[in-house]
Amino acid sequence: MSFSNFEPATILAILPEILLLGLAIIILLVDLLFKRSEKSFLGWLTAIGLTVILVVTLAYSRPTGEDPLILGGMLRHDWPAYTFNIVLIFAAAITAILSVGIPEIADRGEYFALLVVATMGMNLMAASADLVMLFLAIETTSIPLYILAGFLKGDNKSTESGLKYFLFGAVTSAVMLYGFSLLYGLTGETNIYRLAEAMRVGELSPLLLGGTALLVLVGFAFKISAAPFHFWSPDVYEGAPTPITAFISTASKAAGFAVLIRFMLAVFPAIEAEWTWILAIMATLTMTIGNILALAQTNIKRLLAYSSVAHAGYALIGLVALSTLGTASVVFYLATYILTNLAAFAVVIVFARAAGSEEIANYAGLSRRSPYLSLAFLIAMLSLGGMPPLVGFVAKFYVFAAAVQSGWIWLAFVGVLNAIIGLYYYLTVLKVVYLYRSEEDDNLIPVPRSYAFALALCSLAIILIGTLSAPWFNWAMNAAQSLF
Amino acid sequence: MTFPLLSIIVFTPITFGVLLLFFPAENHRAIRVTALIGATIALGASVFAYFSYDQAAAGYQFIEKVPWIPTFGISYHVGVDGMNLPLVLLTGVVMFTGVLISWGIDDRPRDFFAFLFILATGVFGVFASLDLFQLFFFYEIAVFPMYLLIAIWGWKVTREYAAMKLTLYLFVGSVIALIGGLAMYFAAGMNSFDMLELESAGFSTVFQKIWFPFVFFGFAVLGGIFPVHNWSPDGHVAAPTAVSMFHAGVLMKLGAFASLRVGIMLLPEGAKFWAPLILALATVNVVYGAFIASVQTDFKYVIGFSSVSHMGLVLLGFATLNLDGMTGAGIQMFSHGVMTALFFAVVGMVYDRAHTREIPRLGGFAKLMPLVAVAFIIGGLVSMGMPGFSGFIAEFPIFMGLWQTQPIVAIIAAISIVITAGYIMRVVGRVFFGELPAEFEGKITPINNLDRLALVVLAAILILIGVYPSIMAPLVESGAEAVLALVGGA
Repeated sequence: MSFSNFEPATILAILPEILLLGLAIIILLVDLLFKRSEKSFLGWLTAIGLTVILVVTLAYSRPTGEDPLILGGMLRHDWPAYTFNIVLIFAAAITAILSVGIPEIADRGEYFALLVVATMGMNLMAASADLVMLFLAIETTSIPLYILAGFLKGDNKSTESGLKYFLFGAVTSAVMLYGFSLLYGLTGETNIYRLAEAMRVGELSPLLLGGTALLVLVGFAFKISAAPFHFWSPDVYEGAPTPITAFISTASKAAGFAVLIRFMLAVFPAIEAEWTWILAIMATLTMTIGNILALAQTNIKRLLAYSSVAHAGYALIGLVALSTLGTASVVFYLATYILTNLAAFAVVIVFARAAGSEEIANYAGLSRRSPYLSLAFLIAMLSLGGMPPLVGFVAKFYVFAAAVQSGWIWLAFVGVLNAIIGLYYYLTVLKVVYLYRSEEDDNLIPVPRSYAFALALCSLAIILIGTLSAPWFNWAMNAAQSLF
Repeated sequence: MTFPLLSIIVFTPITFGVLLLFFPAENHRAIRVTALIGATIALGASVFAYFSYDQAAAGYQFIEKVPWIPTFGISYHVGVDGMNLPLVLLTGVVMFTGVLISWGIDDRPRDFFAFLFILATGVFGVFASLDLFQLFFFYEIAVFPMYLLIAIWGWKVTREYAAMKLTLYLFVGSVIALIGGLAMYFAAGMNSFDMLELESAGFSTVFQKIWFPFVFFGFAVLGGIFPVHNWSPDGHVAAPTAVSMFHAGVLMKLGAFASLRVGIMLLPEGAKFWAPLILALATVNVVYGAFIASVQTDFKYVIGFSSVSHMGLVLLGFATLNLDGMTGAGIQMFSHGVMTALFFAVVGMVYDRAHTREIPRLGGFAKLMPLVAVAFIIGGLVSMGMPGFSGFIAEFPIFMGLWQTQPIVAIIAAISIVITAGYIMRVVGRVFFGELPAEFEGKITPINNLDRLALVVLAAILILIGVYPSIMAPLVESGAEAVLALVGGA
């Protein structure tokens, strides 16, 4: 590694990360300056800060045509990294807005600072091109998330959630790190692109490589909650503060996919066939297990947890396709899934604030108690179920198209059959919302302005990107092309 | 830039639907009036399109094409010819009369009309579509509002079950067809979802034989083909009146039309190969549907199963793959749509007053609601294929076409006409004539003018086509010729 050819352009490339770190520090400082009762603006401060960073990233951090490997090969500043950066910062901003109305966390500076640091870690994950950097980035993301999941100290479930997340995370990280060490041992390289080159030349035994790949895959599969490493997700999702659940189920998963995509396309072309079969089986398991277990849930957060497992499975289909179109479809799928799931969780938070419940049965009569909240829920759920004109439809369409194009027709069929199971339980929830009545029908549910804003933004985007997906998909194609 | 007539037809309903969502929920009158305005505009535009279509020129007209997702060669591409133009008109008619019939809905009418109008846009969009992706897009839009419409406003006893069953059946069918569509897209390798271009893709015979069943039967689920017809009577019965009208009148045509447009027209060799199976299944539809209809005691189930039977005739017409059969199927789609809308409107009016649909418990309604009785009898005559009504114009060519290909099927299917006459007569006799049960004495309120208008419009169309077939037959024939040009032969 050498830092001799350091250029000012490098600063621009890691500008988002620098700014995020700055924002975290500012939040901590502001936190010290104000009294507890005056600090409810912290969420908005974070959201606005993140929005500014988003705009700056969009304007100045675009990848240039030059050598994308920067900082001595630690990071690769390319279109996929840039795309994921934007998506992740957006998700963090929405999460910050969703946190504004929750009493136990709205006035806690450390909460928002940890959120921002985790986002920084995710951005680094998306760009890491070196095993060491990758591991550091994953831990920078995970450790704040463990704390955030257990943030509600008075709540046993939250504590359980934090602890469980930590234990699962630590074990899978260890296995993954062991895989990394084997990779280094086999090739003598830590940069994943040079490592790939070394593997091609080295004529290593495919069995050894495959075994190592599986070890590494454990860590990534944990991050994206793919079966059979999904067991943590329902408990963690249920116990964590809901904005954090939203964040883990969207941004953290997307960051995991960013790593998986980069790693897989760079490191394992040598054992392509076996690798894609493993992923195909994993996708099938993930979708099927996620969807079937979701059927039996009575708690909305657990339902969304299993649904998020299933969605990881759909996204994996695009990865199995192993083509530009496939990769683009994964990127597009994740970005839109983030949008949709954030909207769904926003509704869950608003409802829990007013009704104090996360049981699906208690959603009865919601359409009378708040028609617009129900409409937002309808849009989010149907988009998750893959109905046009919402974005979930085109996202699934692209993924299945990629599978058919690459000849994975059986996988596409598995995908569509799963989509049907998915639709069933999303409709079951909507049935409760729209059809059933409760004794509290006249008890209107207020929607605070911050949530109304977040919901309107997400819902409009769901419809707009769903009907006019061309420019967004082209962006994803652009990102995918630079990986091939 | 020409006048975007079809886009206006397609997007008027959803525009009004979204507009309605911003109305205050309590203002029922404003909501209904706005809905009626929207429906009238859509109907007016489709009538205008129907009569300004240049029959001499034939082919696709009022074409609009705008790139939508260029990476995939997807465009927003609409156009109508002799096959789908009547269906666009049908949708306009059913939507308009459906709004009239639904005037009395008091439970959240805002949401009801909004969902109904989103559904209508989906239906118009499919019928007018010349792009495969667009067809799927609108097809799914047409499926999901159905769930809510039935589950929320439907018949309390079966609505949850029926709504879920219907949605899942249709979704299964459509996603299987979607994979077939994707397979076609990649096999053609033209980077285009444009159906006019895919028609000339020259798929290999083997490819067509493999993928035809996925596409055809995937869509035919919504057309009510045996043995996956089961969602339809349950759905019809559970749905509120206007939704039953839409459902049986228009949605089933959506399935049949999509099977024709995507299955038969894009994979003609596959159609020839699989035609015997379609013939066999559709014959079961026709005969079995009629038999089941004749043993129902629930008024609405009679009509529900009669739809299964009549849709079988449409599929039979397709499977003949000749001009007579295809033309007949085209007219039958329109005729059955209007007829069944009329039937369900009548059933709804009777049920709203008697609060029962058990045929043995009803009687003598002709005295109390003469117009309703007349309307039902007209529908019944259409259903039996009586000359002078549109049913004859539709069914006669289908049987002619069948005779040319499979005389035995024609004979078997013709049995259904007798059975149909039997159950229609029974219903007419029991429900509208005979003694009025004492429990209804003085309790039956007359229907209002909006209901009357709806019945008159629907009945008038059925008679008009019956006595003056050249208003529709040559048009549909030109569409059928275009289909056969692709299939070749015959």
